[in-house]
Amino acid sequence: MSTATSTRRWNPQITTPLLFLLPGVLFFLLYVIIPIGQSFNISFYKWDGLGEAEWVGLRNYERLMQDRAFEVSLWNNMKWLVLYLLAIPAGLFIALFLNQTVTGIRLYKSLFFFPFVISQVVVGLVFSWFYLPREGLLNAVITTFGMEPINVLGDPVLATYGVIAAGLWPQTAYCMILYLTGLNAVDPEQIEAGRLDGAKGWRMLWHIILPQLRPATFIAFVVTIIGALRSFDLISIMTNGGPFGSTRVLSFYMFEKALSEYGFRMGYGSAIAVVLFLIMLVFIAYFLWSMWREERAGRH
Amino acid sequence: MLKTFARAAGALVLTTALVQPAYAELSGTLRIMSDMSNPAPRAIIEGLAADFDAMHPDLTVEVDVVDREAWKSQIRNALTADAPDVINWYAANRMGPYVRAGLFEDISDMWDNGDLTGLDSVKGAMTMDGKQWGVPYTYYQWGIYYREDIFDELGLTEPATFEEEIANCQKILDSGRKCYTIGTKFLWTAGGWFDYLNMRTNGFDHHMALARGELSWTEDEGVRATFANWRKLIDMGAFIDDHQTYSWQEALPFFVKGEATAYLMGNFVVPHLREAGFTDDQIDFYQFPKIGDHPMGEDAPTDTFHIAANAKNKEAARAFLQYVTSPEVQTKINAADGLGQLPVNSNATVGDDEFLQQGFVMLSQNATGGIAQFFDRDFPAEMAKTGMEGLQEFMVFPDNLDDILERLEFTRQDVY
Repeated sequence: MSTATSTRRWNPQITTPLLFLLPGVLFFLLYVIIPIGQSFNISFYKWDGLGEAEWVGLRNYERLMQDRAFEVSLWNNMKWLVLYLLAIPAGLFIALFLNQTVTGIRLYKSLFFFPFVISQVVVGLVFSWFYLPREGLLNAVITTFGMEPINVLGDPVLATYGVIAAGLWPQTAYCMILYLTGLNAVDPEQIEAGRLDGAKGWRMLWHIILPQLRPATFIAFVVTIIGALRSFDLISIMTNGGPFGSTRVLSFYMFEKALSEYGFRMGYGSAIAVVLFLIMLVFIAYFLWSMWREERAGRH
Repeated sequence: MLKTFARAAGALVLTTALVQPAYAELSGTLRIMSDMSNPAPRAIIEGLAADFDAMHPDLTVEVDVVDREAWKSQIRNALTADAPDVINWYAANRMGPYVRAGLFEDISDMWDNGDLTGLDSVKGAMTMDGKQWGVPYTYYQWGIYYREDIFDELGLTEPATFEEEIANCQKILDSGRKCYTIGTKFLWTAGGWFDYLNMRTNGFDHHMALARGELSWTEDEGVRATFANWRKLIDMGAFIDDHQTYSWQEALPFFVKGEATAYLMGNFVVPHLREAGFTDDQIDFYQFPKIGDHPMGEDAPTDTFHIAANAKNKEAARAFLQYVTSPEVQTKINAADGLGQLPVNSNATVGDDEFLQQGFVMLSQNATGGIAQFFDRDFPAEMAKTGMEGLQEFMVFPDNLDDILERLEFTRQDVY
């Protein structure tokens, strides 16, 4: 299969897989590709979802450029993208820590994995209680150190970081489990060889372990980036986009404009969705490209 | 299934049938889709359907109850695909999108031909483009609910003017309490404060002109005056801290524990207060005090029934709307043990309840300025959303006012 396939003629070896792919491709077209096209199309209209759609060309996009709420959302998306990546080293650290044989290690592992199992809604609720301005645990702790109590989710500067911190909790657990599986596959002979050459501590980690964890790191990177871009439920539960819109991200803003109680500006919402899609596309293209590169490298 | 009520409710049929002329031969199925999903309203709509079903032997009445919040976005799908006959919604501007899209049935003829009597005072809220698009079935007053026991302890009386309100508030603050509890996480509670401050400062007509987008948020002096009045309260520290983090229910404990003495809220707060153990001696109600020399305008959000334009059994639907608004039914469903709100029919009897009675007197005698629906029902959806966000921000950072008003003005020029 490693030779070029372009000269092949139609034969069962080609047509059978194509036939098997057909239902998947059809549904992918129906539920993913066509809606993307529709989103692009609707973003050129002014439409409330009920009446006649009015063609407005690029006006929705022009307005986006002036829209401060959009700017805030975009910046928050960037914060999510950057800070969410902390889940990867944190997950790696916990995985290394848990990758030992002690009595009851399975229990510890499952405890660390627990936040990923519970629903995001519950995570959001727990954290919003944790942050409560008067009764919350966070303020109970910091006031014992003589600091002023803070209202994390009520402060337009801090709120987004507060929500991201809540999101990092389950995401770290996710990365941890990826690394734990990865660590199982680390070749003991290479570690032994490294040890004979005098590598230990950080050098061992950096030069021997991490290179073997590359597939796990790649997956962790992919799921974390995607997780950051689709952050929605935590924001909806913890702050509802507030205070005064300071914790919105693009997906939440799109929902508000297009589908929420005060929304139904389908064209404007679609324009936001298109921007979000283009941002995602950059990452997706990168992922696909690096996967393709790996596969090619694997073949030769 | 509801057919089984037919015999059980026989007696009721005889009594109610007397006041229901015509429509004796209704047949087929009447499909009602309702957002009355909380326990008390749910019992009401199911009771209404059962009674109506029993009155008309050949008619089957089906009710679908949808979660009230979810209905706000589901109504669009419901009205377009396989529409039910009768649906719930809200009065005034909120009808706009459906009226313009032709999804609500025009029932002006019912209003004109005398089928709907005793509803003159609420006709305006159902009118759009000179036609009527539905009927109201309940409404409720807004106002200041306060801790009577704390007022007595501090020797305070219900204020009639803003100066008195501020003087009261100062005494409350001096006693180590906050004047008002509020939770603005979901924004609309701040809209209530703006409604009242603006209606009192500039009058009802100014408020409505602002809602229609006829006044500039940045240029209009009146708007500035409203925010200046609001700021007096904010600078005093009248509102509880961190209100942007709480929902309106989460703000209740401040009132219950006596850390704040008053709550500007709709009458639906009363059952919550009674559940918290308050008796009528401990809580009371007063109308938002006067500021400028304007006739008082009031917020009284109205909930409604409409017929879908694509309904299949419009005849039965019309009969149902007439039935729901009749004085007897209005008295029954809005009673203190029912919805606990105000009946829309002037011939109906207001429930035997301290708050309902006060609200009724206030709205019928001292709301000469006019009746508004509420910030998020009078202003177009997008203006309301941006507006309430700005109001919340103003309550936390009053210094940002210029910036907030510029944003609102930007939205206004885009929306209208």
